[in-house]
Amino acid sequence: MLNAIFISVGFLAACGGFLAAVLVVAEKKILNYGPCNLDINAGEKELAVDGGSPLLSALAENSIFIPSACGGRGSCAYCKLKVLEGAGFVGPVEEHHLTPEELETGVRLSCQVKIRNDLKIEIPKELFAVKHFRAKLIEKEMLTYDIAGLRIELIEPQTIDFVAGQYIQLESEEYKGREAVMRAYSISSVPSDNRHIELMIRKVPEGICTTWVFDYLQEGKELYFSGPYGEFQLSETDAPIIFIAGGSGMAPIWSIIQRMVEKGIHRNAVYFFGALSQKDLFYADELNNIADSSEWFKFVPALSQEPEDSNWQGERGLITDVVKRYFPDTSAHEAYLCGSPGMINACISVLTEGGLPEEKIYFDKFA
Amino acid sequence: MDVLHSGIIQTFFLILISATFTDNILLTRFLGMCSCLGVSKKVDTSLGLGLAVIFVTACTAVINYLVYQFLLIPLGIAYLKLIVFIIVIAAFVQFVEMVIERVSIKLYFSLGIFLPLITVNCAILGTSLFMLNKPYSLLQAFAFGLGSGLGWFLAITIIGGIREKVNEASVPRGLEGPGITLIIIGIMALAFVGFSGMIKI
Repeated sequence: MLNAIFISVGFLAACGGFLAAVLVVAEKKILNYGPCNLDINAGEKELAVDGGSPLLSALAENSIFIPSACGGRGSCAYCKLKVLEGAGFVGPVEEHHLTPEELETGVRLSCQVKIRNDLKIEIPKELFAVKHFRAKLIEKEMLTYDIAGLRIELIEPQTIDFVAGQYIQLESEEYKGREAVMRAYSISSVPSDNRHIELMIRKVPEGICTTWVFDYLQEGKELYFSGPYGEFQLSETDAPIIFIAGGSGMAPIWSIIQRMVEKGIHRNAVYFFGALSQKDLFYADELNNIADSSEWFKFVPALSQEPEDSNWQGERGLITDVVKRYFPDTSAHEAYLCGSPGMINACISVLTEGGLPEEKIYFDKFA
Repeated sequence: MDVLHSGIIQTFFLILISATFTDNILLTRFLGMCSCLGVSKKVDTSLGLGLAVIFVTACTAVINYLVYQFLLIPLGIAYLKLIVFIIVIAAFVQFVEMVIERVSIKLYFSLGIFLPLITVNCAILGTSLFMLNKPYSLLQAFAFGLGSGLGWFLAITIIGGIREKVNEASVPRGLEGPGITLIIIGIMALAFVGFSGMIKI
């Protein structure tokens, strides 16, 4: 009996061990592509990397951080890059994330492109400036019942260079069986305070990252993020501005408005803040103070579900209707929107109806 | 006629043909159904998966035959064949995937993506297990594996072709997708029953 157990267990163990060993050796021998050369932006930068790994992680090892929210599984499609030469075939995971034009011009998901030979790639300039930060949460404050304001102090590197309106990718840690993820949040503080950043995060029910932020991230705890990313920023024209954002979409707008105050950029600007009721309002005093003490800025909070008999003196109704009431003719303006895809699309159609050309509408969609 | 003891070449082809047609593993034993339902939407994907299955079935039939005859039987642990075969098939598929990726990147992208599906394709495990029911020699086991793979390839390719046609027609809502596919497979199985008894092994 004992003998039989020994033989069968021993054989299975040997069998599994042998096959595993064969596979390990095979992987080392067969899938060894040797050192490969990455040519970035036509000779601007050259990297020697070990072949066999995905492009995304090879770049991250060399401190070039391409945005990615899914951790290289090919589901978020943030890590698109132009691969001019040597990318190989488009796999089935990538295929449905790429439009025919993108396929034509060599756009690929960098997490799905395996480095098997020398590659020529193009990376947007601003991604070179992206760094990976170790930082510490020094303050967590509830701005409303479901939006938290985080103030984060940088540890390594100690300072960050960004433009008001840009975002970072916050990395959550594993907790209770939920995996570590990266999520994008706009910076709400001003670039002049380059040793800190502030974020506004709305609690998403069942959200992996937001649950971590609300329930597990305590003041004083260390965290990691990469950034800055994004092209959402104030243009350099003199056109009057329409800002539209509600909830945590205020973050990049708040950063831009503070920047305008600081820099003395006095372009005419109206900020429409859409919310359901008074309990969703935050930073209203600060914004009203700026509005009261300046000629150029106006703050218009609009509530869509405030009870009829409440003490609310401000605007009521959907934000799109309020914007239309204020600006039937938007042809000379510029608009900056931040929020959910639904809200942004509704606002774009109202603004273009008013005569605003679509290329003058800048927006930051929550994905 | 005792097939197993007639001429070598004759036996080889008889086993091959019987495994392909009269004992078609997909249509008469209904094995490998999940990947068949999932991948048979188009002829070219069916072809890709079918070819991969032919290759893996034939090779694993030989490997598993050798493992069974020269390891499991002498050690007296033939009852472990199920788990051993599964491990062998999984490792072999992984190995083949690596080799294909290195040798032909083009083949890897057209065929390699189906290989992980094959690890859990029961037609392949089924072939290795059924082959033990008959006193096959090594060459005959290879013929049986090859024939089973060919049969599966034939069936999924025909199903893929029919589904391409059916998708152009208007199928009642409730029958779309797997429903109509199962009916197609059922009718095809009836057709293949016509072959049964032609060759007795």
